[in-house]
Amino acid sequence: MILDKKAEMMTESAKKKLQLTRLKETVAYCYDRVPYYKKKMDEAGVKPSHIKTLADIAKLPFTTKDDLRDNYPFGLFAVPMKQIVRIHASSGTTGKPTVVGYTKADIGVLAEVMARTLAACGATKSSVIQNAYGYGLFTGGLGIHYGAERLGAAVIPVSVGNTPRQIMLMEDFRSDVLCCTPSYSLHIAEVAREKGVDPSRLPIQFGVFGAEPWSDNMRKEIEERLSIRANDIYGLSEVIGPGVSSECEMQDGLHIFDDHFYPEIIDPKTLTPLLHGEKGELVFTSLTKQGFPVLRYRTKDISIINPSPCHCGRTHVRMKRIFGRTDDMLIIRGVNVFPSQIESVLMNIEGAEPHYEIVVRREESLDELEVRVEVNEKLFSDEVKMLESLEKRIVAEMESLLGITVRVKLVEPKTIQRSEGKATRVIDMRTKPTGA
Amino acid sequence: MTIRQISVFVENKSGRLFDVAETLGKANINIRALSLADTLDFGVIRLIVDDVAKATDALKVAGFTASLTDVLAIRIADVPGGLAGVLSVLTKKGIDIEYMYAFAGSTGKDAVMIFRIEKAADAVKALSDTKGLLLSDEELRSL
Repeated sequence: MILDKKAEMMTESAKKKLQLTRLKETVAYCYDRVPYYKKKMDEAGVKPSHIKTLADIAKLPFTTKDDLRDNYPFGLFAVPMKQIVRIHASSGTTGKPTVVGYTKADIGVLAEVMARTLAACGATKSSVIQNAYGYGLFTGGLGIHYGAERLGAAVIPVSVGNTPRQIMLMEDFRSDVLCCTPSYSLHIAEVAREKGVDPSRLPIQFGVFGAEPWSDNMRKEIEERLSIRANDIYGLSEVIGPGVSSECEMQDGLHIFDDHFYPEIIDPKTLTPLLHGEKGELVFTSLTKQGFPVLRYRTKDISIINPSPCHCGRTHVRMKRIFGRTDDMLIIRGVNVFPSQIESVLMNIEGAEPHYEIVVRREESLDELEVRVEVNEKLFSDEVKMLESLEKRIVAEMESLLGITVRVKLVEPKTIQRSEGKATRVIDMRTKPTGA
Repeated sequence: MTIRQISVFVENKSGRLFDVAETLGKANINIRALSLADTLDFGVIRLIVDDVAKATDALKVAGFTASLTDVLAIRIADVPGGLAGVLSVLTKKGIDIEYMYAFAGSTGKDAVMIFRIEKAADAVKALSDTKGLLLSDEELRSL
């Protein structure tokens, strides 16, 4: 269902006109209200008045996660705190989170794009939406929640975990839409089977899945096991949260809500804009945000923009399922994990070597993170209990920093591959997203 | 009077025990006692050998993590209650044993066991009252 035909089926010329008006407003707004943006634009020799066409966006400097970190926590907010009604955060490279703030109007935008997302994924006013994304600092849970309410559906704010209860609620409340990470949906199917419940007979008809990379093969698997239509959604807190883009019933690319978020694809090395159809890094500029507007935010996600019309009738441009990332950030069960965080924990363990390896697997459809640590003579003990307590200590420190469970495996010295130049720290054994 | 034990870290994968044994064999080292403690992922091999220095060098050259620990070699009467007799001495003094294992050779009518004890000095003192209970490196080598 197309929720907002006026916005979602706008003609190209009308949309470009709207985007240009909003882009000019946003650039002037950032320049006037956020000293950091003014400084960066002044350094680049660009004034808001230089933005005369959409292509002029290329004159603006980029914004990166480093800029967010340098302005931690509220330096990039464009309004005083009395206008902020919500703060979300996601983990950053140095342990300090990336902080974003919303005004009342921004929450309205989040609700609007998420309502569009849920409708595109199959939900209606009559739906019972089981929201198994985590509620909290993470934008996923509350983003879905507000979208569901805006749509007029009944939302069950069950949050993630307690799988037997999830299945009970599904059966008893007749939930027809499930929102969670794709891997968690498979876990639900497995637990259902263990309980003697045929997962294909659960009342769920539509899945709204995001927050981690997944493949078309995994989609097939989920759709078969749960007998549902499983749609991919995409978002990031820096841009709005969930609801940056969503698949429609065609399942052929994710429609970017480009009346609110202006997308570009750039070459991550030369930083030059690429044409539609070329593969590169996604960059977004917010067009309507007040609390935390972003200019040319580099997502580090690799995709392709497809402007061709979609059979569903929406005119929002589409992006391909994310191919991967330009940095080494891992997404484990929806949580951002940087190898540098793991390294910082190990470096605090006296005697630990800087040689470690991170192995990511998907076991029983849940991501598992294993950290392999070489045992040298300083760490070694003839007593197994000492080695086990070393493992436990590393696990506990990692879990407290990362917020997810990890497994630590002690390995023999020199067994972790040494590489010349940039070390290969991460072995990701999960299925890579497939596609062109 | 303690003796030197070599401990080696090995991952729990096939062939690693063989690799340790082969390394020592090629260095012409005789293994006199061995115990293996293992977990799901790794194990610790503890060894009593005839030439500690040579064995340690050979293992390190082969890339193993190895360390030396002081342990006690205790003569145990090979009769019912023999082990209990020794343990009662230690227990009465509040001396805990981390682990223990049997030595391959014997003194004829007595058995020999290797004890890893945190308070090794206390244990030596407690057991020295009975002559000949503790064995030295030389005595072990002659068995």
